[in-house]
Amino acid sequence: MAEALDLSMFVTRALDGTAHMELAVDGIACAGCIRKIESGLKQTPGIAQARLNFTDRRLAVDWREAEQSAGGVIEALERIGYHAHPFRPQQAESDEARHARWLMKCLAVAGFAAMNVMLLSVSVWSGHSGDMSQETRDLFHWLSAAIALPAAAFAGQPFFQSAFRALRAGRTNMDVPISIGVVLALGMSLVETAMHAEHAFFDSAIMLLFFLLCGRALDHAVRRKTRAVAGNLAALKADVAHRFDDKGEILTVPAAALKSGDRLLVRPGERIPADGVVIAGTTQLDESLVTGETARRAVVPGAQIYAGSRSFSGAITVRVTAAAGGSLIDEVQRLLDGAVAAKSKIVRLADRAAALYAPVVHLTAALTVFGWLIAGASLHDAIVTGIAVLIITCPCALALAIPAVQVVASGALFRSRIIVNAGDAIERLAAVDSVVFDKTGTLTLPEARLANAAQIPSDMLEHAARLALSSHHPLAAAVARHAALRTPYDGAVEEAGRGVRATIDGAEARLGSPDFCGAPAPAPGDAGASSIMFAHGGRFVVLSVRQALRPGAAVTAKALAAVGLDLHILSGDRLEAVMPVAEALGIWSWHGGLKPADKITLLEEMKASGRRVLMIGDGLNDAPALAAAHVSFSPISAADITQAQADAVFLGEPLTPVLDAVLIARRARALMVQNLWIAVLYNLIAVPIAIAGGVTPLIAAAAMSGSSIIVTLNALRARGRASPDPLLAAAMEAAVPDTVRP
Amino acid sequence: MNVLVYLVPMALALGLTGLAAFLWSMRAGQYDDLEGAAMRVLSDDDVDWVNATGRPNLPRRDTEHEQLLAK
Repeated sequence: MAEALDLSMFVTRALDGTAHMELAVDGIACAGCIRKIESGLKQTPGIAQARLNFTDRRLAVDWREAEQSAGGVIEALERIGYHAHPFRPQQAESDEARHARWLMKCLAVAGFAAMNVMLLSVSVWSGHSGDMSQETRDLFHWLSAAIALPAAAFAGQPFFQSAFRALRAGRTNMDVPISIGVVLALGMSLVETAMHAEHAFFDSAIMLLFFLLCGRALDHAVRRKTRAVAGNLAALKADVAHRFDDKGEILTVPAAALKSGDRLLVRPGERIPADGVVIAGTTQLDESLVTGETARRAVVPGAQIYAGSRSFSGAITVRVTAAAGGSLIDEVQRLLDGAVAAKSKIVRLADRAAALYAPVVHLTAALTVFGWLIAGASLHDAIVTGIAVLIITCPCALALAIPAVQVVASGALFRSRIIVNAGDAIERLAAVDSVVFDKTGTLTLPEARLANAAQIPSDMLEHAARLALSSHHPLAAAVARHAALRTPYDGAVEEAGRGVRATIDGAEARLGSPDFCGAPAPAPGDAGASSIMFAHGGRFVVLSVRQALRPGAAVTAKALAAVGLDLHILSGDRLEAVMPVAEALGIWSWHGGLKPADKITLLEEMKASGRRVLMIGDGLNDAPALAAAHVSFSPISAADITQAQADAVFLGEPLTPVLDAVLIARRARALMVQNLWIAVLYNLIAVPIAIAGGVTPLIAAAAMSGSSIIVTLNALRARGRASPDPLLAAAMEAAVPDTVRP
Repeated sequence: MNVLVYLVPMALALGLTGLAAFLWSMRAGQYDDLEGAAMRVLSDDDVDWVNATGRPNLPRRDTEHEQLLAK
C-alpha cells in the first residue's frame, strides 16, 4: 500500500493504552485457521489479545498502542495469509444481539418452569387413578402455581408486549389470542386451585410459552446470522477514499469516514466514494451503477456526481456534499418514500390467519359458555369449559406454522447464496407472477468483459493481458482477466488516458487507443462495445470490450419463463444497448431509456392489472422501483441505497440464485399453507371435545405438543436444495430459443 | 407422603441450578461462537508438551491421520 490507511474510526481505545478493533476476515474455512490466526497474531509484538469468532468470521483484536498500530494488525494478518477488513459494529446488529439474549433468557425460564410443573402435573395425573389425597393434589397445584405464575410473567413478555402494541395500534396479530389464552388459563387454574378443583392448566400455559419461544428464538438466530453475513460483506466491499488534509496532503481513509465538505482526489479507474461536486479536472464518468446508462458522461468542474460511478480517463478533485444537494438523489428519495408507504399495506400470511383466527376462536369460546348456561350448567362449569376451549385452541401450531417454515427456507436460500432481509419475503416471492429485470449490472455483469477473446491469437492475447495488468484503466481490467501468468511485465509504463507500453521479447508492445498504438482506427463496431488496440512487433489486434451477460442468465430466464413467470426488462440504458440483451435472453417485453419515475409508473401499471412483480435491480435509479415491487432482489454489487431496499441480496456472479429462490419460496409457501391446514384440522378434532367439556390437562398437553411437533417436522421439508423437478426440466428443454417475436 | 418435604425442594433446587448455570454461561458468551467452539476442541495448543522432568512429552503418532494423508 503506497499510502497508509487511516483506520482511527474503527478503533476504540481504553484508558490503559490498549486499543480494540473488530475485523471481518476473508477465507476462514477450518479449525486450522483459528489456530493460525490467533497464535500468529499473539506472536506479533504489541498484540495483547486476539479472539476469532468462527460463526461470524470476525476477529476481535486488542493491542498496546505504544507498540503496535491498526495498520500493523492488518499487515500481520496479511502475512499470515488472510485478508481482513476493519469493521464497525452496526447499532442494529447489537440491538438484535441484545434481543436474542433476552429471548434466550425467556426460553430458559419457560423451559425450567415447564419441566418442573410437568413433574408435578404428571404426579397429579397418575394420582387421579391412584390414591392421591385431595390435600396432596392441592399442594401440587399450589406449587405449580408458584412456579408457573412468575415464570409466565417473565417468559411471556415478548408476546404480551407485542399483543399490547398491536391492540394499541388498533390491529390484531397472533400474539393477541396467545396472550389472552395464557392469561385466562393461568387465572382459571388459580381460581380452580383455590376451590380445591381436580384440574389445573398451569402446565398447558407454560408449555405453550416454551414451544412458542423455541420458534421465536430460532427465527431470531437465523435472522442474526444473515445479518452478520451481510455486515461482513459490507465491510469487505467498503471503499477507500483519498482525502486532502489541511496541509493539502493526501490521506487514505475508509469511505464511511467521509464528511460533507471533505476534498477528495479520484484517480482514473477508481470509484467515486461519496456524492459530491467536481471542483477540478475533467474525466469520462461511467454512471452505470447510478443510472443504468452504459455510455460514459464527460464531467467538468461544477458537475454533480454520485457515489458508485467510476472515473475513466482523468484525475478529478471532488468536494463531498450532503446527499440533499443532488437532484437525482432527491428524486430517488421522494419516490422511495411513496413506494415504502405503499408496500407496508401488504398483509402477511400469518397476520391474515390471525385476523381470521382470533374472532372465530373467541366467538366459539363465548358460544360454549352460553350454550352450557342454556343447557343448565352452573356459571362456574360453563366458564371453565369456555376457557378450556381457549386453551385447546391456543394457536401453538398456528403460531409455529409459518415461522418454522421461514427458518428452514431461509437456511435453504442461504445455501443457494441468497441472503433474505425481510422475514415475509419468502411468502411474497412465492406469489409473484412477473419478473422485472434491470439490465446494467443485473442481467449483465457489473464490469465489462472481453467479447472477442476467441478470435485473438492466444500468444497475442496473453501478451496483451499481461501488459494490461500494469494499467489502472477499467477497460484494461477486462483484458487483464485473460492473463494466464499473473505477473506484469518489467518496465511497463502507463500513460494516463492513452495506454500502456513495455518491451516484450525485444519488441515494443503497446496497449491502448489506436492513436497510441500507431495503428489505423478500426471500423466502428456496434454501439455497446469499446475497442482497445494491441500492437506488438508489427502485429495488431483489436480487443473489443463490452458488457457481458451474467453466467447462467439465459438458462435462468428460460427456466423462469418455464415455471410460468412473465419476464420484462426495464432499463435506464439506451434502447440500442438494451435490445441485444433482451434478444439474447428471449425476453420480448423490454423498455429502455427509463427514468426512476418511469420505472415506478410501469410497475404501478402492472400492479393495477393484478400483477405481482419481482423486481431485480442494482442501480441507484432502481431503488424506488425495488421498494414499489411486490418483492425485490439485488445483486451484492448493487449501490448501497438500492441494497437497503431489496428484500433479498444474491451473492456471486451467476443469476441462477434467482431461479432457486423462486423454487424454494414456492415450496415454502406450499408448506406454510399445508401447516395452516394441519392446524385447522387439529382444531376441528380438538374443539368439539373441548366444547363437550371433555378436555383434561393431560389431553391439552398431549394435543398441544403433538400438533406443534407435526407442524415443525413438516416445516423441515422446506430444507434441501430446490431440485429441478422433471416437469421443469422438460419445460426447459422445450423452451425454444428462436420464438417468433409478436 | 413425608418424603415430599425434601424431594420437591430438591427437584426445584436442581432445576434452578440448571437455569442459573445456563444464564451464567450465556452471559459469559459461551453461545456466541458455537461453530468455533466445536473447532477449538480439536486444537492442541493448550497441551504442554514438556513434562515435569524436563523431557519432552512426545505426542503419540497419529497413524490414522498419516494414513489419510498418504491416500
